Amino acid sequence: MHRRRNYARLVALAGLLLGCAQAGVLPDDRFDYLYHHYSGGGMNIQGPSILVRKKIGDHVSLSGSYFADNITGHVDTVSGASVDAVSGASTYHEERKQESFGIDVLQGKTTYSAGYIAGNENDYRARTAYASVSEDMFGDLTTISFGFTRGWDKVGVVGRTTTSPLERRNWQLGLSQILTRNLLLGLNFETSESEGLLNNPYRMVRYVDNQASNGRGYSTQPEQYPHTRTGNAGSGQLKYYLPWHAALDGNYRYYSDTWGIVGHTFELGYTQPVFHSWTIDTHARYYRQNHADFYADLFPYAFAQNFMARDRELATFKSLTLGLGASWEFHWTRLSWLQKGTLNLHWDRMRFKYDDYRDLRYIGVTPGTEPLYKFDANIFQFFISGWF
Amino acid sequence: MRIRPAKFAAVTLLATAGVLALTACSPIQPWVKPYEREHLADPIMSFSRDPVSASYIDHVYESREGSRGATGTVGGGCGCN
Repeated sequence: MHRRRNYARLVALAGLLLGCAQAGVLPDDRFDYLYHHYSGGGMNIQGPSILVRKKIGDHVSLSGSYFADNITGHVDTVSGASVDAVSGASTYHEERKQESFGIDVLQGKTTYSAGYIAGNENDYRARTAYASVSEDMFGDLTTISFGFTRGWDKVGVVGRTTTSPLERRNWQLGLSQILTRNLLLGLNFETSESEGLLNNPYRMVRYVDNQASNGRGYSTQPEQYPHTRTGNAGSGQLKYYLPWHAALDGNYRYYSDTWGIVGHTFELGYTQPVFHSWTIDTHARYYRQNHADFYADLFPYAFAQNFMARDRELATFKSLTLGLGASWEFHWTRLSWLQKGTLNLHWDRMRFKYDDYRDLRYIGVTPGTEPLYKFDANIFQFFISGWF
Repeated sequence: MRIRPAKFAAVTLLATAGVLALTACSPIQPWVKPYEREHLADPIMSFSRDPVSASYIDHVYESREGSRGATGTVGGGCGCN
């Protein structure tokens, strides 16, 4: 009933936006080819990502994308999960592929968008549909958008033929506002609902067991998660044009959900064009969260709670990312259809430090006294973009 | 202090709807004229200059953090947890 009332409010809001239609601009025709490489915590993930966008006439723009993750890592022999923490030495390979198709239709100052995303892994299948509407108003000072995303996933286990369903629903509200001739404001709000099998079917929790056969003083059992999760996220971003042709931006995001997680994200970025055709980007990102209500690194005994998790994603931790990027713009007169192109290289260095997730590579110590886990990761992105 | 998600959502949506109801369709004059937006039209002022890179980075964070959403991008489902 409560959900129905919220839905009615959102429909009324969408109707209000549509009723005051006044401009819009379709996205540029462009292609991007990106190669990404992640390494950290015993995992290597790499693959391509391709995006192509093309206008058909003056009112329609089509887009298609392809994304792949080729993962090489280690199976955690304690928890059984394919996680970053290298507590085991068994290597595995996995591949994730995702294709998407989208359409944008411009009518006056209103842009209607819709799309479909299909993701496939050897033990996970995701299908996602989305639709949104955005509207330029107040002399194009303000752009407001409303979107809805619906997902139908199937969670499987390698070696088994049965799957478990997982359904996702997201509602998004966005606002982009020109504040002054040098300052932009962006606001985003998103509510997400998930229902189904939400845990990793391979992952285990551990509990104190002095009679354990592994001699470590603890045993394991499968994780048990609630079947629903509702989260809310709100973010604000400011971007300021500096007098010496540079841009400074700051971003904050607040997140909370029904599992008890509260997360704060802070970002600061600086963009500086140099030597006519180069652009340098630097940014710093700090993130922290508290653990979920049913998370513990070590439970006191088997079946200690209705819901039990030992997933680093649900632990208390902080992360810091420092990034540097360079972009070179070129014009190739031999290709008359190509207006311009860019070559880009980005490097991000991430550090994760956990407050209640312990490193199980250390054995021979009392369970619960192992050192806290931390790891560093490097992300490289090389991509070429072209506008036509 | 943790804000209850349902209350947070309802208050935000109602506040947004209220502001829009008061201001939408009224003849507000733009205080930054179109000819004054040269700096804002510069590519370095775009919130998402490289969409394919932004989408990938969102995927990296979402796979490792409990928080998600409100990034301005739409992502597909993933068995990355």
